[in-house]
Amino acid sequence: MATACTTNFSHYKDVLFLIMSNRDNKKIWLMWLGLMFIFIIYLTYTLTVSKDKSIFMPGELTSGHHQIGVACDACHGESFSDKETIQNSCIECHGDQRKKPFDSHPREKFTDPRNADRLENINAIYCVTCHVEHQPDLTDKTGLTQAKDFCVHCHQDIAKDRPSHKGLEFNSCASAGCHNYHNNRSLYTDFLVKHMNEDDILKTAVVPEKELASVLEEITSYPHERYPVIPLTLKNMDAPPKVLLKTSENIKHDWLNTSHAKVGANCSSCHITESEDDAVFEWENKPDHKSCIKCHDTEVNHFMQGKHGMRLKQGLTAMTPADSRLPMKADNEEEKIDCNSCHQAHDYDLHTASVDSCLSCHNDNHSLAYKESSHYTLWNKEQSGELEKGSGVSCATCHMPRVAVDVNDWLRRTVVQHNQNANLVPNEKMIRSTCMNCHGLGFSLDSLADESLIKNNFNGRPKLHIESIDMARKDNERHLKSINNE
Amino acid sequence: MKLSSLIISMSAALSITTVSGNAYAAGDTVPVKAMADALHLVLDSDRTIYTRKIVNRLVKKEKVIKASEHFDDDKALVLPAQMFRFGSELVQKRAKKLPDVNFSYSLQSIWPINKQNAPKTKAEKDGLKFVADNKGKNFYTEETLGGQKYFTAVYADTGVAPVCISCHNKHKDTPKNDFKIGDVMGGVVIRIPIDG
Repeated sequence: MATACTTNFSHYKDVLFLIMSNRDNKKIWLMWLGLMFIFIIYLTYTLTVSKDKSIFMPGELTSGHHQIGVACDACHGESFSDKETIQNSCIECHGDQRKKPFDSHPREKFTDPRNADRLENINAIYCVTCHVEHQPDLTDKTGLTQAKDFCVHCHQDIAKDRPSHKGLEFNSCASAGCHNYHNNRSLYTDFLVKHMNEDDILKTAVVPEKELASVLEEITSYPHERYPVIPLTLKNMDAPPKVLLKTSENIKHDWLNTSHAKVGANCSSCHITESEDDAVFEWENKPDHKSCIKCHDTEVNHFMQGKHGMRLKQGLTAMTPADSRLPMKADNEEEKIDCNSCHQAHDYDLHTASVDSCLSCHNDNHSLAYKESSHYTLWNKEQSGELEKGSGVSCATCHMPRVAVDVNDWLRRTVVQHNQNANLVPNEKMIRSTCMNCHGLGFSLDSLADESLIKNNFNGRPKLHIESIDMARKDNERHLKSINNE
Repeated sequence: MKLSSLIISMSAALSITTVSGNAYAAGDTVPVKAMADALHLVLDSDRTIYTRKIVNRLVKKEKVIKASEHFDDDKALVLPAQMFRFGSELVQKRAKKLPDVNFSYSLQSIWPINKQNAPKTKAEKDGLKFVADNKGKNFYTEETLGGQKYFTAVYADTGVAPVCISCHNKHKDTPKNDFKIGDVMGGVVIRIPIDG
């Protein structure tokens, strides 16, 4: 064996010598070395300077992250150092969504030493334990990379505590209308019982009013000093004279009739951008989200947590519909998405932002079926004044719902949730924030479980039935009976 | 210096008792048992005050607000046990940033409404049984969890107010419905990491 190896090795050297001794081959070698050098320079540049580092990607990213795949440091940090860095990156974008309505599996519960044995089975301290990236073959549509029956690690005795759960498979815990790990308390038994006898459509079916102007004084981040809340007129417009000369009457009229003029937001509020040293002010003809965030920080921050704005949050160029993995209309594929893509600059008509803007890009079955739905009929009736305010259902009603948000430690206000992903996956997250404004709980659970109904934009009745309310009802009856027997 | 390294050996620590009027000298280390007892005194006092001066006063005496397990949905006060648990979770979070401070605590019961609050480790099981069987006595031991040694103390949690008893007895998830005032209903478990 040793001889054979030696022979092979010397043979290999002979071949190498022959190649190197040939003048043409020498050229090829030099070219190869040159190309290698250029390649190494390219890799070094990409690694250290370039924003696009996707060449180093070990595996395809999920649809939640693929847009920012070029910026490795968005998740891995500068140094790719440790799990904590990645954990902090997860929390930076997803932390808020985990808190509401109630995170029943907070990290702090698992750092308690009494749960040390549990961490050996499933390390619940780190998001990446269940959400590994770059593993498309292992990832389900919710981004989960654990086996679906992972609840069994800690809740194997659940049937003992809850007779209604006897015989249920552990891979069914997260079925629509039941539990999800992060907000598993959202559909707790008492809640199911409280809402178990509701009609399909509630008697009062309206969404809550959003709050901004009414609570402006309590928003500490609002630039009160620079833009006091005083109604403005055309005479107050503070754009430079040469800009005012070119400003059309339409623009002036639009601005005057919006809340902007009514609460003291002048031309300069949006069009003057501050340089980094906070000293030089420049007129900006087409202001972007960096202007809006000065007064609408909650909305813009939410927008940047969602798919529409996540690239902006990472300092990348704005998302275009072409970046999406969903079907999009071809004629708008290159549109760069910023606040002004959906809200027009001076006349921010909410009808446009709530329906038309969405449908100008989205081209999937659910979106295309919207105008055939009863939700759209209601929307039109609200717009024409036939129905009361808040009773129509636009795209935004469900996907950018009005929700109560703790905007700081001391204030909760109803805002339009501009992170369109916040209530989307798993879709029962939508039940409390959206459906239950107008529908009973049972109808909502069944509807969201029926994929064909989602596809045709809820045109019809649900054909599936989720049993969670039935189970809660039985548990409740058992409980009432036991009290009465005492 | 880590808290655990400040602590004198366990046998020595257990032999030291802080008698009323005794004072530590500057530079003294606090024995681990005294530290656990002190933590429990603060935790128990705060919860007693919350129960009496906030929950019982506003719910039972003034009748102006409800207290509810589902405090967010019901726009109600958090229950004393929940207040205690949220505090424990906040300690977990904040202590991480303080390398000199390291301890954890939880409220558990042999008859838990939330089954995740049943005793799990041997020390918890022994301790909760001991404080239920030996009224007025605390339980101290050592245990190793996840490769770390801990001084573990268990203190009885007694049902003092009628509302504690009635709520636990009536709750649909309770495994015991005949608690009486003065019964030990559970225990507070405090853990402090120690060397060894």
